[in-house]
Amino acid sequence: MEAVLPFVVGILYATGTFLMLRRALARVLIGLALLTTGTNLLVFTAGGIVRGRPPLIEPGSEQLSPPYADPLPQAFILTAIVIGFGVLAFAVALAYRTLRDAGTEDSDELTLSEAMPEERR
Amino acid sequence: MGWAVALPIAAPLAAAAGCLLGRKLLRLQAATTVAAVLCQLGAGIALVWDVHTSGPTAVQVGGWPAGAAIPLVADMASGIMVVLASTVALLAVLFASSTIDQRRAAFGFYPLTNVLLMGVAGMVLTGDLFNLYVWVEVTLIASFVLMALGGGRMQMEGATKYVTLNVVASVLFLTGIGLIYAVAGTVSLGGLATYARHGPLGWPGEAGAMFVLAALLVKAAAFPFFWWLPASYHTPPIGVTALFAGLLTKVGVFALVRVSSLLLTAESLRDIAQGAMLAIGGVTMVAGVLGAAAHSDMRRILSFHIVSQSGYMVMGAGFMSGAGYAATLFFLGHNMAAKTGLFVAAGIMHRLAGSYDVRAIGGLMRKHPGLAVSFAVCAASLAGFPPFAGFFGKLALVQAGVAGGHYAVVAAALFTSILTLYSMTKIWHEAFWKPTPGSAGQGRSAPWPAWLALYGFATLSAAGGLAAGGLFDFARLGGEALADPAAFIAATGGERR
Repeated sequence: MEAVLPFVVGILYATGTFLMLRRALARVLIGLALLTTGTNLLVFTAGGIVRGRPPLIEPGSEQLSPPYADPLPQAFILTAIVIGFGVLAFAVALAYRTLRDAGTEDSDELTLSEAMPEERR
Repeated sequence: MGWAVALPIAAPLAAAAGCLLGRKLLRLQAATTVAAVLCQLGAGIALVWDVHTSGPTAVQVGGWPAGAAIPLVADMASGIMVVLASTVALLAVLFASSTIDQRRAAFGFYPLTNVLLMGVAGMVLTGDLFNLYVWVEVTLIASFVLMALGGGRMQMEGATKYVTLNVVASVLFLTGIGLIYAVAGTVSLGGLATYARHGPLGWPGEAGAMFVLAALLVKAAAFPFFWWLPASYHTPPIGVTALFAGLLTKVGVFALVRVSSLLLTAESLRDIAQGAMLAIGGVTMVAGVLGAAAHSDMRRILSFHIVSQSGYMVMGAGFMSGAGYAATLFFLGHNMAAKTGLFVAAGIMHRLAGSYDVRAIGGLMRKHPGLAVSFAVCAASLAGFPPFAGFFGKLALVQAGVAGGHYAVVAAALFTSILTLYSMTKIWHEAFWKPTPGSAGQGRSAPWPAWLALYGFATLSAAGGLAAGGLFDFARLGGEALADPAAFIAATGGERR
């Protein structure tokens, strides 16, 4: 697993970044989703992967004996997934409203807010 | 004094819940928000006093043993920051609550403002890197909704740009945390600082530190990723903009100072980060001020100036010395008051004269001398005129820079000052001195809390200059606490997990 996951993370970052650079808001959103997923996987992989050793103290022992699966990165990811999901849901709603109010989802045409007053019609 | 560390976070949380319960009672919601900010301010003053007499204090949240718990820590720097943020928030909330329209207020302006204030306090007081990320997200989500609240094409466009870039910054932040944890096996700021002081971070840790730094630079609106700010800050109602201008990029800078002072201790890493921060700071201030020169909408001019002033703070953080941190803290405080005051002034000018475009208004000097004087005080402070607070902030930054031998960026800072003056003169000349143009729109009066906020900010800018000596003593203590964080590390219970 540890040999494969870095490549998966790399591919997710690369595709996510590529999609974020597109002009259509829908693609930007998909890119965002891929990027956050890639980050979660990166935190998971970087924390070290240990198979089949839950972080439980053996009977008769006072301390955890390594190696054990570190629960902290998984807690990080859980938090990050919740945050990422919430932000993504908000971003989707925002993109929908932008499409409805502006009539376009091409970021090159979303220029009303930055136009000089005399350029506005 | 555990309560004083937790109260700046707990009070707005309780107020946000209360505001949600009393959904229809808008006046009560406004009063609750003001009460929460007053709690923050009181706690902040208690913190500064307590840290001054008996050193940094920490609370291990949930009563878990140190090392397992997420600590909230207050040293002199964070105590000062809580006082500054809550003072500015108090006046900004007064202004925002009196100018926000009923529809936005009914759709959750007050609960969101409280969540924003909670996130800001959390960012300042947390003693844990991952927890810092969570507070950043809390603040961001609240600001996302405030930015978009009310709808309309302008706000949607602004919010789209604001959300996209800030989420990318969050991704960078989390990437950095993952890499740092992989090396150090802890995310407690105290633990990380101890780890960084006992040996090299290794390449994943160094890369992680740079990712975190980059993310916080984006939050601080530093070059080259500053354009989310001038693209969005002018789209929501002016009260929301004033609140953002006073708090958001500023706590971003504070987080940058905190993290860089704790993590970047290895000499090679420090040199690289210092070079980058000084270069970025210098380019940011010039880029921001040049952007402002092209505009005539007051909100856009002032938004570009937020970017420019962020450059000064990034520069101050980049000096990486006690004097530099002290100057940055002082400058932060001055800038929070002056910049928010200018946005409040712009909001009142819009009310009175009917437009944000300086070309379409005029004659305000004669009609509203109080407004003119308050604007002039804040603008002069921003441009760095004595005897106002901004002059001493810039003086301290320049001195710290010269003492460190960073002449190029100091020259850029002085050059930027002149251009700042140009922008402020433009608003002054057009809005105050010029006679009212024939095409001027109809204005209405501004409510008294807005005036109170304006006079408050002007008083802060003036008093900050007149009492600069005494205030700078506090800033110096804060700067020393940042430059030598041993007490901070000890207070977090900061040995390794």
